[in-house]
Amino acid sequence: MDNKNYDELVKKFSPNSKILSNCLWAFFVGGSICTLGQLLTNIYMKNNFTISDAKLLSSVTLVGISAVLTALGWYRKIAKRAGAGTLVPITGFANAVVSPAIEFKSEGYITGVASKMFIIAGPVIVYGTVASVVYGVIYWLLGRF
Amino acid sequence: MYIKYKNMPAITQWASVVGKKESEGPLANFFGECCQDDYFGKETWEQAETEMQSRCIKQLLHKKKISTNDIKLFMGGDLCNQITSTAFAVRDFGFPFLGLYNACSTMAESIIISACMVDSGYAENSIAMASSHFCTAERQYRTPLDYGGKRTPTAQWTVTGCGSVLIEPVGKTAFIDAAQIGRVIDLGVTDTNNMGAAMAPAAADTIKNFLKNSNTKSDDYDLIVTGDLGAVGSGLLKELLEKENISLNNHFDCGLEIYSEEQNVQSGASGCGCSASVLTAKLLPEFEKEKLNNILFIATGALLSPSTSMQGESIPCIAHLVNIKSKKEVTK
Repeated sequence: MDNKNYDELVKKFSPNSKILSNCLWAFFVGGSICTLGQLLTNIYMKNNFTISDAKLLSSVTLVGISAVLTALGWYRKIAKRAGAGTLVPITGFANAVVSPAIEFKSEGYITGVASKMFIIAGPVIVYGTVASVVYGVIYWLLGRF
Repeated sequence: MYIKYKNMPAITQWASVVGKKESEGPLANFFGECCQDDYFGKETWEQAETEMQSRCIKQLLHKKKISTNDIKLFMGGDLCNQITSTAFAVRDFGFPFLGLYNACSTMAESIIISACMVDSGYAENSIAMASSHFCTAERQYRTPLDYGGKRTPTAQWTVTGCGSVLIEPVGKTAFIDAAQIGRVIDLGVTDTNNMGAAMAPAAADTIKNFLKNSNTKSDDYDLIVTGDLGAVGSGLLKELLEKENISLNNHFDCGLEIYSEEQNVQSGASGCGCSASVLTAKLLPEFEKEKLNNILFIATGALLSPSTSMQGESIPCIAHLVNIKSKKEVTK
């Protein structure tokens, strides 16, 4: 049997992800996190913060909640079902930083925690920064005309 | 390579230790020890795996009522880089040690070589052991434990478990009659979340070659046991053998036995400890009762590393086979 034929056979025997239920989970959990974010923003604004400060504080609070839930081992239990619903919001980013920091504590604070903290989030930071520079250059060029 | 052992070395004792999740599965009552603490009272996951192995060795020595000095040779391995868990466990016992690595087929590999050493008379006895720990494997091959991600339906769950056997020239219950050392087979599967699919062709190749060399049929055996093909791999194995006109009516996959469906492990279990713990906890005791008399034990391994898969390489796989017979079958 050659590789191509076997690949077809593997596809036949491998079950696909349950797209509909995965999407519903992601939509409702992700949506709930975003609603919580909006709720926090409104609360901060009611307490006399400006809209930009309120948005910032709302993100910081979500990151804090995610870090605590990750440390308690609850975040992965929610994420096991929620998938992209917990991955895409800022809470997912916090989880991606906190989880390796906890995991690699056994290798020390410098060679473990600090150096491994960005193994998952690192690419997001690198390419996020690169994309924002590219976007900035395009924006600047468009402003010339 | 086909091996027919001249003097049929015996498996005279066995031991097994597993973790919490395994102790919540259908085989809970069969394991020698079920530890409810996946840290095994230690501080790091690597230390935990070493401790699990130590306990497994001590259990084996205790059951056999022999001391550390009576052991002439030790062979085994695990999934950690540089098979450190095993080396660290053996450090405290002082056994002459051969560290082996063939991923999840390590148990069969250890038994085959141990049996060769005992059969040839070079070693008076030998321990063969293999282990895996979910947490050491996960942090090495995949993502941190607390990282929130969704597992694909073809993914398998690494067993926290360890199994060991003692092989001696003379015994009463289980005998190693023959073996087949497998070839490295790679049919181009690159998905590291579908190990069963990657390993099935290796298992099929080894089974086919063994049946040809031993001049036997698949129905001659009580069970044809595979290590950790899981649901996807088992289906593929049957299909591949069907094409070779070999029917697999008596197939038993260790990876489908350890966890129940409610435990949500997708395609099943995997890891060196999967086949090692099921062999020692469930299968070998059946030889004592003569409920099993003639089985093929085929442990399958995926010979990849995180680096090779990140470089886009496909997954080369291997399967080693051991034919274990009971006293009844041997004296027939």
